[in-house]
Amino acid sequence: MKSLIKNAAGRKIFMAVTGQLMVLFIIIHVIGNSTIYFGVLNSYADHLHAVPFLLWVFRLVMLTVFLIHVLFGILLTLDNCSARPGSYAVRAYRQSTFASRNMIWTGLLICLFLFYHLLHFTFQIIRPEVSAGVNSDAMGRPDVFNMLVMNFQHFSVTLIYILAIVALVLHLSHGIQSSFQTLGLNNERTLPVITKGGSIVAYVLFFGYIAIPVMIFIGILHG
Amino acid sequence: MILDGKCPSGPLSEKWDKRRSEMRLINPSNKRRYKIIVVGTGLAGASAAASLGELGYNVEAFCYQDSPRRAHSIAAQGGINAAKNYPNDGDGIYRLFYDTIKGGDFRSREANVYRLAQVSNNIIDQCVAQGVPFARDYAGYLDNRSFGGAQVSRTFYAKGQTGQQLLLGAYSALSRQINAGSVRLHTRTEMLDLVVIEGEARGITVRDMITGEIRSYAADAVCLCSGGYINVFCLSTNGMGSNVTAAYRAYKKGAFLANPCFTQIHPTCIPVSGDHQSKLTLMSESLRNDGRVWVPKKTGDNRSPREIPEEERDYYLERKYPGFGNLAPRDISSRAAKEVCDEGRGVGPGGRGVYLDFAGAIARIGESVIRQRYGNLFDMYERITGENAYRQPMRIYPAPHYAMGGLWVDYNLESNIRGLFVLGEANFSDHGANRLGASALMQGLGDGYFIIPYTIADYLAQRTPGTVTSEHPEFRRSRDERAVEIKRLFSINGRKSVNDFYRELGGVMWDYAGLPRSEESLKKALELIPRIRAEFWENVKIPGSGSELNQELEKAGRVADFLEFGELITLDALHRNESCGSHFRVEYQMPDGEARRDDENFCYVGAWQYMGADKMPELHKEPLDFENIQLSVRSYK
Amino acid sequence: MNLTLFVWRQKGPEDTGRLERYEAGDISTGMSFLEMLDVVNDKLIKNGEEPIAFDHDCREGICGTCSQVINGVPHGPEGKTTVCQLHMRNFSDGDTIYIEPLKSKAFPVISDLIVDRSALDRIIQAGGYISVHTGGVPDANTILVAKHDADTAMDAAECIGCGACVAACPNGSAMLFLAARVSHLAMLPQGRVEAKRRVRSMISAMSKEGFGNCSNHYECHAVCPKGIKLSFIAKLNREFIKAFGYVAEKDSAARPADVSIAD
Ligand SMILES: Cc1cc2nc3c(=O)[nH]c(=O)nc-3n(C[C@H](O)[C@H](O)[C@H](O)COP(=O)(O)OP(=O)(O)OC[C@H]3O[C@@H](n4cnc5c(N)ncnc54)[C@H](O)[C@@H]3O)c2cc1C
Ligand code: HEM
Ligand code: FES
Repeated sequence: MKSLIKNAAGRKIFMAVTGQLMVLFIIIHVIGNSTIYFGVLNSYADHLHAVPFLLWVFRLVMLTVFLIHVLFGILLTLDNCSARPGSYAVRAYRQSTFASRNMIWTGLLICLFLFYHLLHFTFQIIRPEVSAGVNSDAMGRPDVFNMLVMNFQHFSVTLIYILAIVALVLHLSHGIQSSFQTLGLNNERTLPVITKGGSIVAYVLFFGYIAIPVMIFIGILHG
Repeated sequence: MILDGKCPSGPLSEKWDKRRSEMRLINPSNKRRYKIIVVGTGLAGASAAASLGELGYNVEAFCYQDSPRRAHSIAAQGGINAAKNYPNDGDGIYRLFYDTIKGGDFRSREANVYRLAQVSNNIIDQCVAQGVPFARDYAGYLDNRSFGGAQVSRTFYAKGQTGQQLLLGAYSALSRQINAGSVRLHTRTEMLDLVVIEGEARGITVRDMITGEIRSYAADAVCLCSGGYINVFCLSTNGMGSNVTAAYRAYKKGAFLANPCFTQIHPTCIPVSGDHQSKLTLMSESLRNDGRVWVPKKTGDNRSPREIPEEERDYYLERKYPGFGNLAPRDISSRAAKEVCDEGRGVGPGGRGVYLDFAGAIARIGESVIRQRYGNLFDMYERITGENAYRQPMRIYPAPHYAMGGLWVDYNLESNIRGLFVLGEANFSDHGANRLGASALMQGLGDGYFIIPYTIADYLAQRTPGTVTSEHPEFRRSRDERAVEIKRLFSINGRKSVNDFYRELGGVMWDYAGLPRSEESLKKALELIPRIRAEFWENVKIPGSGSELNQELEKAGRVADFLEFGELITLDALHRNESCGSHFRVEYQMPDGEARRDDENFCYVGAWQYMGADKMPELHKEPLDFENIQLSVRSYK
Repeated sequence: MNLTLFVWRQKGPEDTGRLERYEAGDISTGMSFLEMLDVVNDKLIKNGEEPIAFDHDCREGICGTCSQVINGVPHGPEGKTTVCQLHMRNFSDGDTIYIEPLKSKAFPVISDLIVDRSALDRIIQAGGYISVHTGGVPDANTILVAKHDADTAMDAAECIGCGACVAACPNGSAMLFLAARVSHLAMLPQGRVEAKRRVRSMISAMSKEGFGNCSNHYECHAVCPKGIKLSFIAKLNREFIKAFGYVAEKDSAARPADVSIAD
């Protein structure tokens, strides 16, 4: 294990595992979010908070996963930059993508956004006046739905979310397929399938996430 | 002087065993006290260095490339022979031995060739154990094919990259020894001199090709595995850096050079496309399995090939050699191609080419099968010529390819200088006047893995290790001489580039000392070569300095040696008043145009001794005794 | 045709290096790229200038010596072709061509376009082989290898070690090079025995030599003159994962070290 953490190739394995765990998380997250269309978002949110102990265990696990991913992501990127001094007079990329070359930047954007997002909707420190913690719905539950609606009516809030989701999608459009290759879960036949599949999943997530803020902003979803 | 090959007595099949059992051994704990220099890390050098390192000797290995994996052995395509008889088609050690002797037109030593056939099987075992990915059949067994005119399928192959895979195998073994510290590797280091002290080879002087430093290494024995000299023709299928320098410097220190005129011209190469041509590319001979060779019957017929009707084509190989047809041996095919082109029936630029036509095969077995068999070769052809050989016939032309001649060695691979061993293409030993396809790889690896470990021990066991250092006056003298030589090259500061001279020399060699040769042409060459050489030393220009990486200087040193060595080839060709194998003298042919060998007068190895600059070298003979096979006319009719 | 070249000139590792402009006149389409440089060099030599130093040997696309980055692409535009096999018919009259050395921290420049790639050799030396002795091995046909496996091993073994993959990789990683070697040997029963040891020592050697890591950009495959497949990188990763927990030991059998003399 020690050599795994010290060795760059080992760290890359951690990146892939933590990345995949987070992908799993955001898939579940988007499914959870979609309860909004059935009008049961508040009930869903309420259930999540039913056992605070479990919730905190889950949050700690995710935090660890996240920290490992960020830490190794930064270290690997530094490593890689130092292995390539200088660039060519003309640079012609043949196969890499904008997304693959900017993992660190999209990653860091996600990181920034995550702080914002947590402070905003989880800890509700930003814009507390419309937070679910202060306002309860008719059944006395924290009114998450109302919180979303009140927030996404603002262009600036919606824009921040859209940008973050774009960053996430770019990150995943490379990241998902990359993680399979890193974990060796690939062969000649699956490589093109997984590459395509990875970006399809990324784009599905894109629409999944972007739908709520956009629909609220343009008024399809309203209170 | 009559040379003795020191072959063991007794029945052919027991000679090697007999010699091995007689040879002295060295105590394992003593081996590391002996230092062995290995020059060259091709098949011969890498296999020798790895095997010797593994036995415990202290090995210093040298090559001029940046990595051992880039030695020219890497380029061999077709395959490697062995007498395994896996296909059950009648092969065996004796038959491989016989075919090789006959293929060499009875100009090689029986005992050596028999031993080569014996160890051929061990080579395949060794390579498979190393992980060489030879082709296999569906049952998982090794696959074989027939190659280069053999009537049995005894060739093992790894796609079209057999040499690459074998070299990577030997390179692996070498890398392991480097890791273990038993072999020290010196890349980008060129040997410029052999140091001989009291008649024994005691080390080498080299130039560090990056810093320009001239250094010496002392040792208890020296193995030269520096490859062939066919680049004396300037344009050849060999790598650009392949040279005669290592061997020639040993020759100048007293080692005999044997049969230099035995130079193989390969029949299937991509023709020269213009003056800029820097090297020639071999197309695997296997193409002749399905392609048919032809030229127009009329001279100067420049219609496109598809417009020339069947009856106006001359399938000259099938016509002249009905038994073997398009698969006739290399020397015969090459000569036939050169002949029809010299008659003015050649095709393509300058009339230097013949067609190799796949139309028939494509019609018979389909383009997809042809693509499967030769796809990579067709691609390569298209990349170089811009022509699609599925649509129109390939153009091919003979090109210098391999040197059968080389430093003279006895049965133990030791030259006439004690302690100087010569392995692989650099020696003259096993291929006589013509080498059969797929047998050079076999020889290189046989020498390195299975012969030198025994014979060098026998030599070293009689010596105390480490008796001289590189501070011995002889080493100092060698270094000083090399430094002076380099200074002299820079001081000329003339107007022509090294390449200008190299091309001139190559042109003369090809036109007058190539294929075929005549007394007249050879004399012409003997007149022209010294002139080029003289001008070289007056008018060559080498920019830069000697104390840095300087590719022009490297080339100049090699070309300077070729300029002397070319003359030796010519002398040897002129003295050999017979035609045999690759050596075809127009004066010595049968009425039907076939080679006329003269066993009465020339059944010997001609080994030349250097007598000093501008002095006639002296010829020594090693008579070839054929105890086990009957000399016969090598007919492929 | 006539071309304008911008060629990287650098005296040695200490020199900073710069692009210099040369005109290449009278270039024919049948020339190879290196023959075009030969023509340029011949002119330089006759003008008393130092010719452009570049590595090459076989000029047949197999030795892996040639190495140049042409217009930002190692081995140039053609794909699955080494520079020495690249022909001028891929260019047109009036083109401007940028020629640079392979760039990577692990490949210091020696002179002009020549770089030191011995780091790749050291990766192999670290364990990229089967530790077999000369002699004493069984008959070749006692080791059976399924045709498919043998063919796949051969596909991997085609790597010519030119270093283009490293130079193309935005991370300067040698993963494709390792992948080729590791996959080749891991496909064969002879090579399985020490598969764990091999992959571990080669991967550590790669880091030690200063190569970067794989981010799966796949630039390496795009420029590989032999088209070494990306699936081999997946295989390398698989082999690496399988080797978790393996404790590396030194190959003490490589040479009979100091044999103690029994009395
Ligand atoms: C295109 C081609 C295809 C071929 N195909 C086949 C085939 O299918 N089957 C077959 O059996 N044979 C084939 N051959 C022949 C065969 O490849 C060679 O004969 C054989 O590989 C020679 O091996 P070697 O080890 O003797 O020399 P090489 O592999 O040439 O190695 C020479 C070594 O010596 C070093 N060296 C040379 N000079 C110096 C110096 N002055 N100082 C320091 N180091 C020096 C070099 O760096 C190199 O390491 C082919 C040859 C060619 C050219
Ligand atoms: C918060 C900040 C983040 C940073 C700084 C970050 C950084 C990176 C970097 C630099 C890489 C490329 C590593 C390499 O190939 O060498 C990467 C890969 C990856 N990331 Fe992130 N990331 C972040 C968040 C996320 C999130 C939230 C997810 C998932 C939802 C994610 C999923 C992935 C995946 C799947 C990979 C591919 C792993 C592989 O190539 O094997 N990342 N990340
Ligand atoms: S020079 Fe050998 S591969 Fe290009």
